[in-house]
Amino acid sequence: MIEINGVSKWFGDFQVLTDINEIIHKGQTVVICGPSGSGKSTLLRCVNGLEPYQKGEILVDGSSLSDPKTNLYQLRRKIGMVFQRFELYPHMTVLRNICLAPLKVLKKSRREAEQKAMELLVRVGIPEKAQEYPANLSGGQQQRVAIARSLAMEPDYMMFDEPTSALDPEMINEVLEVMIDLAKEGMTMLVVTHEMGFAREVADEIIFMDEGRIIERGTGQEFFANPKSERTKRFLSQILA
Amino acid sequence: MFDVVARNINFLMGGFLVTLKLTAFALGGGIILGMLVGLGRISRNAWVYQPVTLYVNFIRNVPLILVIFWFYFVMPIIAGRPLNPFLSAVISFIIFEATYFGEIFRAGYQSISRDLINAAYSTGLTYGQTARFILVPIAFRRMLPSMITQSIVTFQDTSLAFVIGLQEFVRRTSIVDNLEVRSIQLFGFVAVVFFIFCFIGSKISRHFEEKGRRANIL
Repeated sequence: MIEINGVSKWFGDFQVLTDINEIIHKGQTVVICGPSGSGKSTLLRCVNGLEPYQKGEILVDGSSLSDPKTNLYQLRRKIGMVFQRFELYPHMTVLRNICLAPLKVLKKSRREAEQKAMELLVRVGIPEKAQEYPANLSGGQQQRVAIARSLAMEPDYMMFDEPTSALDPEMINEVLEVMIDLAKEGMTMLVVTHEMGFAREVADEIIFMDEGRIIERGTGQEFFANPKSERTKRFLSQILA
Repeated sequence: MFDVVARNINFLMGGFLVTLKLTAFALGGGIILGMLVGLGRISRNAWVYQPVTLYVNFIRNVPLILVIFWFYFVMPIIAGRPLNPFLSAVISFIIFEATYFGEIFRAGYQSISRDLINAAYSTGLTYGQTARFILVPIAFRRMLPSMITQSIVTFQDTSLAFVIGLQEFVRRTSIVDNLEVRSIQLFGFVAVVFFIFCFIGSKISRHFEEKGRRANIL
């Protein structure tokens, strides 16, 4: 379970997050949407300790991220993260990209790590690309490798930061399908996305953020059927148009 | 036709050896000091960043020949005795080249996106592991072509040390020329030697650049 209690964050004088409260239960998929600059990505980065926050508290399975005694490196093993621009290691093959952390962090044997990596590549549908370098893959394929790389650590949570915004339209679905399968298998997911079809299909809860605040939240159906705030209505009409 | 070169080959090659030695010291010192300069240039501490930036901007906007000259004439005032030309040249070259290598290191480090490092962290890698397996290998590959190019430039620039009387390759050639008056052959020979070394160097640099481009890491 991830608990976010009254979290606020500033970059210098500029407040990027204001009093964020949210609980993500095991097995849930929570979708965060909102205009750019609304603090969605920053919130994700706070949840796995890539960015510090100044007020409030984030607890992952009961341990606080702001507690100096918490080992962030250990905690991050539980939380996989997928980035907008894939961020594969360009100097390593697909297989080595996936195996690096299991080898170095989990101290798995090479055989074990590679076997697991191949299983994951089959799962995301591109086992034939194992020996390729990221530069030789399409955006959709790179993003699927990035998902496999995160899954190789057998995380309890997965976070996605606009995973399809850098993709050509015809590649969006191949990535979304992998994510939908994950959600349906019971992975706990926190997803920043504007793919409302995805949100409708798998989200247990949708959060709308603007200017660093949570403006509105609801289950998939409520959220689309009757949004309460004017800001949400305007946003939805823009992206659903 | 090149008998004048053959007659004086030992004397000339002695000068070339000085050129090579000066290049080696300039590169060794310049790269080590350059690493520190590069770190200083990305430092968030103003007490480190400002002086280093001032130093880099000043030296990069002054001709090398002035740095060599100036250092040679100022050192006796500071040290109380004249330095020998070789030591003086080595120090001026290190001071000069470190600013160029420093900028190469800074650019290499800054070329790595914050999120690539975040991606490594998010799989549980520590700072040390991320530096070792991700940051340094990528930065090094990106920097290698510019470092080789800058090394070639340094090698060529060492001939400027003739202004303080250092008997390197060009200086010795000019001494021979004063006796033999065969400028075209003698300086033609010097040009050919420099060309061969630099051409090979630039080919090596090109090779690494192509290699990096194919792997899409440049």
